[in-house]
Amino acid sequence: MATRTLIHVPDAPRRGEVVEIRVTLGHPMENGLRPDGYGNVVPRSLVTRFECRLDGTLVAAADLYPAIAANPYLAFWLRAERAGTLAFEWTGDHGFQHRETRPFNVA
Amino acid sequence: MRRRAPSPAPRRASAAALLTPLAALLIATPAPAQPVTDAAKAATPAVTAAPAAPAPLAAPQRRSGLDDMSPALQALQREDSQNPGFLAVQDGQALWATAAGAAQKSCASCHGEPARSLAGVAARYPAWDSASGRALNLGGRVNACRLRHQQATPWAVDSSELLALTVLIGLHSRGQPIAPPDDARLAPLRAQGQAIWQQRQGQLNLACAQCHDQRAGQRLGGALIPQGHATGYPAYRLEWQALGSLQRRLRGCLVGVRAQPYAVDAPEWLALEAYLALRAAGMAVETPAVRP
Repeated sequence: MATRTLIHVPDAPRRGEVVEIRVTLGHPMENGLRPDGYGNVVPRSLVTRFECRLDGTLVAAADLYPAIAANPYLAFWLRAERAGTLAFEWTGDHGFQHRETRPFNVA
Repeated sequence: MRRRAPSPAPRRASAAALLTPLAALLIATPAPAQPVTDAAKAATPAVTAAPAAPAPLAAPQRRSGLDDMSPALQALQREDSQNPGFLAVQDGQALWATAAGAAQKSCASCHGEPARSLAGVAARYPAWDSASGRALNLGGRVNACRLRHQQATPWAVDSSELLALTVLIGLHSRGQPIAPPDDARLAPLRAQGQAIWQQRQGQLNLACAQCHDQRAGQRLGGALIPQGHATGYPAYRLEWQALGSLQRRLRGCLVGVRAQPYAVDAPEWLALEAYLALRAAGMAVETPAVRP
C-alpha cells in the first residue's frame, strides 16, 4: 500500500514561539539481519535520511540507522519566525523517497 | 536465530523469552504498586493449583492495559497525530473507498461514510451472522462481506488489508463501551472460550486465567501481567513494531506457555474472542491501542 505519514504541525503559533513538529513515517525499517517466518533473511530496506525544509531552508535533519524501529517517529523544535511551507523528505535504500508538504502559518 | 515454523518472527526477543521457563515463573513476584484483587491474592502462592472458576472482576477493579503503561506510551496512544495505528487507518480509508472483486463494489458503495455507518459497530463483535449461521468476529464480518457482496477473495487474518479495515471500523467505536450482544446463539461459543481460558496448556501447563485473572498486576520478569482485556485490537505493539490482530496476541501467549497454537482458522480463536468480549463488557473500546 501507499507510503503513509503522520505529521503534526501546530496551527498558527505566535511569532517567536518555539513549537514542536512531530512526524511519523510508515516504513518497515528492515535491517537486513532479520529472518522471516520461513528462515529466509529479509533484504535490508532502511530509511537513512530525513530532512525538513521551510521554503527551501534546512531546519531539521536526521540520519537514521538500522537500530531504529519500524515506522520511525521524529520530533523536533522550530522557532516560528516566518510563515511558509514545510517540506518533509525521507530518503532510503533502493531509491526510497517520500515527500510531504504542510503549510506553516504564523500568527 | 532461524525459525522454521511459518510464523511472524519477532524482531527482538523479549526478556521473558530469554529466561528459562522455570526461572520466569520463579521471578513472578508481586508488585506492591498494583492493586490486586482479593481472589488474586488468595491464589498467589498456589502455582500448582488448578485454576479456580474465574471470579469475574467487578467493573471498578478492571484495568485496561492503557492504565498501566508509561505516560509516554499513553500519550502515544491518545495523540492521533502520533499513534502509529493511524498509519493503518489511512490505509483503511483508502480501502473503504476502493472498488474490489467481481462485483466492483467498494465498502462505501453500500455503507457510505464510515463515520455514520460504523459508529459503535466494532463494540458489538463477535456477533451472530444469521446468513451463514455462525458467529463472526469483525475480521470475519469484513471477509464475509467481501465474499458475499464484493465477490472478492477473503483476506488472511493478519494481512495488512484486513488489519487496516478493521482498525478503521474499530476507530469509529473508540470510547464506546464494549457491548457483547445479548444473543443465546453465542452462549456455546462463549462457554467454549471460557473453558479454553481456564484450561492449562503447553509445556508450562498454564491457563490464561492463572496469569490474567489470578496474578494480574504482578510481574513476569520485567513485564507487568495485564488483566488481559482485549479492548484495543487491532493494536499497535511496540514489540511487533506493527499493528496486529487479537489472534496474533493470543498466539503469542500460547507460544509463551509453550503450547501449540491453534490453526489460523480454528474456531478456538473466535471462542476466546467471544469470551474476552464478554469479560471486558462495558470497558471502552481503544482501537487503535498502543501496547508495549
